[in-house]
Amino acid sequence: MPQRENAEQRRVERESPSDEETTASAQAAPTALDDDVDAILDEIDSVLEENAEDFVKSFVQKGGQ
Amino acid sequence: MTVRRVMGIETEYGISVPGHPNVNPMVSSSQIVNAYGQHALRGSRHTAHWDYEVESPLRDARGFDMSRAEADPSQLTDDIGMANVILTNGSRLYVDHAHPELSTPEVTNPRDAVLWDRAGVEIMRRAMSLAAAIPQANPVLLYKNNTDNKGASYGCHENYLMRRATPFADIVRYLTPFFITRQVFTGAGRLGVGQDGRRAAFQLSQRADFFEVEVGLETTLKRPIINTRDEPHADPERFRRLHVIVGDANLSDTATYLKMGTTAIVLAMIEEGFLRGHDWATLRPVTEMHAVSHDVALTHAMRMADGRRCTALQVQWEILERAEVFCARSDHADRDEETTRVLTAWRDTLDALERDPLELADQLDWVAKFVLMDGFVRRDGLSWDSPRLQLIDLQYADIRTDKGLAARLEQRGRMRRMFTDAEVAHAVENPPEDTRAYFRGECMRRYPDAIAAASWDSVVFDVPGRESLLRVPTLEPLRGTREHVGSLLDASPDVTTLIGRLSETGSR
Repeated sequence: MPQRENAEQRRVERESPSDEETTASAQAAPTALDDDVDAILDEIDSVLEENAEDFVKSFVQKGGQ
Repeated sequence: MTVRRVMGIETEYGISVPGHPNVNPMVSSSQIVNAYGQHALRGSRHTAHWDYEVESPLRDARGFDMSRAEADPSQLTDDIGMANVILTNGSRLYVDHAHPELSTPEVTNPRDAVLWDRAGVEIMRRAMSLAAAIPQANPVLLYKNNTDNKGASYGCHENYLMRRATPFADIVRYLTPFFITRQVFTGAGRLGVGQDGRRAAFQLSQRADFFEVEVGLETTLKRPIINTRDEPHADPERFRRLHVIVGDANLSDTATYLKMGTTAIVLAMIEEGFLRGHDWATLRPVTEMHAVSHDVALTHAMRMADGRRCTALQVQWEILERAEVFCARSDHADRDEETTRVLTAWRDTLDALERDPLELADQLDWVAKFVLMDGFVRRDGLSWDSPRLQLIDLQYADIRTDKGLAARLEQRGRMRRMFTDAEVAHAVENPPEDTRAYFRGECMRRYPDAIAAASWDSVVFDVPGRESLLRVPTLEPLRGTREHVGSLLDASPDVTTLIGRLSETGSR
């Protein structure tokens, strides 16, 4: 899947990749997204909070169970 | 053989007050709980308390009690000062560890678990609006997720009533690999790897990275895959309550349904000793739990104790095949429709995961979330460490119907639902009819002024003219049903009549 390139690069940068991360090297087949996806992304775009970075940063929780 | 057993779900919600990062989360959580409590019990002269008489959070299923001095303060849940409401649908809404938490009433099957879990979300939604309507209150937002991606996690726990006689070693042996591998359909999806989410990669589960040991009593630190907390809230000689803390809080009905249904079948097989002779133990369960969650391609080969290398899907297939044999056995004539439905859904899901997980974008949370993020990456060239993608991860779990992305997908018909709005609204007000939650919820609805306290296994009445409170134990989860007490309640217009009739019949 696409983020794998990204994840893989990061993996290489790590000094000592643990066993769990070295195994996930298989490439998932790219898949065609269907026509409706564009419309969904537009809708999601319109409801996403503004200032993504600040919003995400300010979501801080105390630990629970 | 059946998926039917007493079960329930408790969910701690993430809570935030935008623009006011320093607000005390316990205070905000209390506002949520109290706002709903005042609305739900309108007309009642007081709020019923939680009856802690038999609550023992430090009881261990392995057979010993931890002393209170030894316990971390966060393990003590029987703290009386906190906001706490018992609802007419048999739920408990309260503040736990700086989060508002909703525990569903006891239900008897996975389908009802989904319904009352959804009712819980609707209750939280209403609580949010009610709290926002209080003058000068800052609007509080609630999230049905399990981490802030900065190192904190909070839980969505499943509870299953089990036979006490079942050896705990069997539970550990078979449930551990099942829990590690069920993530392929129970995962709610998460952008971020590591407890603080430092590596910007997508993983299946919100919770996996927070598990550090194989077996233990803790729920707030050193979290164990198998939790040994043992408060059955029922006859301890006959039952234990299996307290499952590894699960994600799911927005998708299908994911919740599969989570509860498949686990119930596996528990039935363990109780019957049907898995003996099979072994899916992994060499390093905690490591494999993380690895399975980190592997979106579903190809990670786990190292098994017997020398094999298996993917999570392979293990799920092998367990499902045992379950199909188990349920097809002729001596299990009690196989019901619900069990068939779970088995079919389980098989269909594994089939689709093997073919192409993206087929399940309208059924599983992690897939739906992944498809959204992947769509933005492809269309807008976002990188996987983009704050916008992190926002999608968070806002997916926002429970507001206009802002929550899971809710928007549902409205668009892109996420399957098992229940109509009307069915959910009914479950917000009414208890399941086939467990003791019926007696608890109906008493709250019919005699709110006369209930001094209640808990899973008691209702405490404050009867006019009586000096002392009257505690009616409800230690049998399958008594106090509509069939059992419905006509008694119908014939009791007030609590004095009810108590009179209860003492006459000796029934409860």
